[in-house]
Amino acid sequence: MILAKTGNEALAYAMKQINPDVVAAYPITPSTEIVQIFAGYVNDGLVDSEFVAVESEHSAMAACIGAAACGCRTMTATASQGLALMHEMLFIAGGLRLPIVMPIASRSLSSPLNIHGDHSDSLASRDSGWMQFFCETVQEGYDTLIQAVKIAEKASLPAIVAVDGFILSHCLERIESFEDKKVRDWLGKWKPNWDLLDIKHPILVGPATMQDYYFEFKRSQIEGMNRALPIVEEVQADFAKQFGRGYGVIEEYKTEDAEAVVLLMGSACGTMREAVDALRKQGKKVGMVKLRVYRPLPHPILKQALARFKTVAIMDRADAVNSYGGPLFTEVTSLLYDLPQRPKALAYVYGLGGKEFTPEDGIGVLEQALAGKKDALVTYVGVR
Amino acid sequence: MARLKDLCKNPELFSSGHRACAGCGEALAVRQVLLATPPNKVVGIMPTGCTEIFSSIYPHSAWQIPMIHTAFETAASTAAGVETAYRFRKKMGLIQDDLKFIAFGGDGGTYDIGFQAISGAFERRHRFLYVCTDNEGYMNTGIQRSSATPYGAHTTTSPAGEVVPGKQMHRKDIMEIIIAHNPAYAAQTTVALWNDLVTKVQKALAADGPSFLNILVPCPLGWGHPGDMTIELSRLAADTCFWPIYEYENGKYKITYEPKEKKPVEEFMKPQGRFAHLFKDEQGKAIIAENKRYIDAQWALLHKKQEALCVA
Repeated sequence: MILAKTGNEALAYAMKQINPDVVAAYPITPSTEIVQIFAGYVNDGLVDSEFVAVESEHSAMAACIGAAACGCRTMTATASQGLALMHEMLFIAGGLRLPIVMPIASRSLSSPLNIHGDHSDSLASRDSGWMQFFCETVQEGYDTLIQAVKIAEKASLPAIVAVDGFILSHCLERIESFEDKKVRDWLGKWKPNWDLLDIKHPILVGPATMQDYYFEFKRSQIEGMNRALPIVEEVQADFAKQFGRGYGVIEEYKTEDAEAVVLLMGSACGTMREAVDALRKQGKKVGMVKLRVYRPLPHPILKQALARFKTVAIMDRADAVNSYGGPLFTEVTSLLYDLPQRPKALAYVYGLGGKEFTPEDGIGVLEQALAGKKDALVTYVGVR
Repeated sequence: MARLKDLCKNPELFSSGHRACAGCGEALAVRQVLLATPPNKVVGIMPTGCTEIFSSIYPHSAWQIPMIHTAFETAASTAAGVETAYRFRKKMGLIQDDLKFIAFGGDGGTYDIGFQAISGAFERRHRFLYVCTDNEGYMNTGIQRSSATPYGAHTTTSPAGEVVPGKQMHRKDIMEIIIAHNPAYAAQTTVALWNDLVTKVQKALAADGPSFLNILVPCPLGWGHPGDMTIELSRLAADTCFWPIYEYENGKYKITYEPKEKKPVEEFMKPQGRFAHLFKDEQGKAIIAENKRYIDAQWALLHKKQEALCVA
C-alpha cells in the first residue's frame, strides 16, 4: 500500500506491524511522535503490546531490559539527550545480548541545547554493543526497522535504527508499506534461549564478575558482533526476496570509474546524489559510497570498496572533539591504514545541529576530493 | 502469624555459601523475606549493591529464584519491565502461574539514586514488592553517607572531624514519601522481629498493587559493631523507637510493635563505632540529645497518625 508518512509516522507504523510484546518509552524530540502514535495504536486495540509510559529514558531502557530478559519482543524509541541518559543501560542491554530494537530520530547533544538533526547521539553510543543502522529515506527507515527486529534476534544483539531528526522524522514521504500479516509472518515468533519467567528453571541474569570472567564475557559479546555482519546480509537478502526491496550494508552510487568519492551516512546521501549527478554532467569522475550499517562496521567490504579510489572524502555529521576528524573519519582511515595503496582521505564535518547541507555544499566537497586537496586538516562545511 | 515450625519446613531460597560479611543484617533480611514466600512463585530483581555483590559473583549464585540485576538505580524500573512482561504473557494466555515480584534494594539504591525509578513504578501501579534493606549508608562502596544515614553518624563522606562531627542532617523519611504514592501496602520492620517481618512480606505480596517494606539491617562493618550483635542492635533499634515498627494499609497507620518499656536511644547508639565520637564531648552530647528529641517527636507523631483516620 502506498502511504504518505513522515519518518516518525512510518516508524510507528512499522512498530504497529511488528506488534512488539512490550514497549517502554519516554518522549523526546524529535522522536516523540513515534511512541505517541504507537500509544494510540495500543489504546485503539490495534496491537497486542503492553505499553509502559515510564518516567525517564533511563527507566525506559531498564524496563526494556527487564522485559527482554523475560523473552518478550521489546522496543522503545528515543533521541539525543534521551539516548545519552540511556547510555549506561545501553551497555547492559548489549552485555546481556538482548535483542531490543530502538528507532531513533538522530539529534545533536547539549550544550548548547539544539533539537535538530545530526548524528552526535548515536555515534556517542557506538561502543555500547548495539548494532546501528543509518537510513537515507523514510522508506529505508520503515524497511530497516522491520529488518532490525529479525537481525537483532538472530544475532542476539540490540539494534538502533537511526533516521535524521526533523530531516526525516518530520519529512513527509511517499512510502510503500506492506500488509500487517505479511510483516508479522515474516518476523515470526522470537524464541529466546533463556527466559527469566521460566520459574521452574531459575536463572541469574546480570551477575557480578571478577577479573577471572569479565573479559571472557566481553570477548564472547565481541564475537557476537563479529558474527552479526553475515546475519545482517542474510536478513537483508531474505527481506528483498520477500518484499522486493533490497539494501546492501554499503551502497555505491556512480562509482564505477570514479576517482574521488564521498563516504557518508543518513539523509545527506540524498543530497549528495544531486551533487554527484551535477558533477557527472560536467564529466567529472565522482561518486558516493553510502554506509548503511555502522555497527557491525562492515570493514572488509568497506576496505575493499574504498581501496580503488584516489581520494575518499569522509563526512561526519558529528564531531569527536579531537581536532582530527569525526568518528567515521577516524575509524575508516584506520581501517585503510594497512592497504598497500591507500586512497587519500579527507575529513569533513557537516550539518551539526541541523545546519543545512545543500547540493552546492556537496559539490564543494566533491570538487576538493577530485583535486585531492583540502584547506585544513578537518573542513567544517558551511560554518559561518 | 507465621510459626517457626512451619517456616523451617520451607526450602531455603537464598542459599548459604554467599559472601556476605559475618553478621550481615542484609543477608538475614533477604533470607527471611524469601522464607515467607512459596517456592516457584517469586521472581527477584536487584540493583547493584552489597546484596548483589555477595550473592551473585559468577559462576556462583545464592539465589534459588530467578533473579535479574541491571544497574544501581534500576531495581524498580527493571521490575516494571519484568512485571509488564508477565502481564503481557498472562493477557496472551502464555503463562498460567501466578507469579510475584520482589525487588531488593539497599538504602542507596532506594532513598537516593534509585528513587526516581521507584516513584515512577509506584505511580504506574506495577504490582511488585520493593524491599529496602536499609543499613543507613553506601556500605558496598565503603561506608559513605546516604540520605538514610542518621544525624551525627560517622561515615567516610560525613567523617567525625575536628570541626564537623559526622552527618549534619536527619535521615530522609522514606516511608512518608512512599506513603504519599498511595501504595497498596507499606511497612517498616527489622530483622530481630522475624515474625513481624514474615507477616509483612506475606501481606505485601497479597496486596493488589505496589508495596514497600523498609527493613533495618545492621551492618557490622559500617556501624562498627561485633558481628554477633546484629540481632541485638536490631532489637534495640525497635525498643528505643529509633526504628518504629509499623505498617500502612488501606489509608491507616498501625504500630505493630510497641516496646513494653521505651529504652533510651543511647543503648542503641553506644555499642556502635559510627556514634563513638558523640560520647566524648559536649558537642557530641548535644547531637545525641537532638537525636532523642527527634525520635520522641517522630514516635509521638506516629501515634497521632495511628489515631487519625487517614483514608486516601
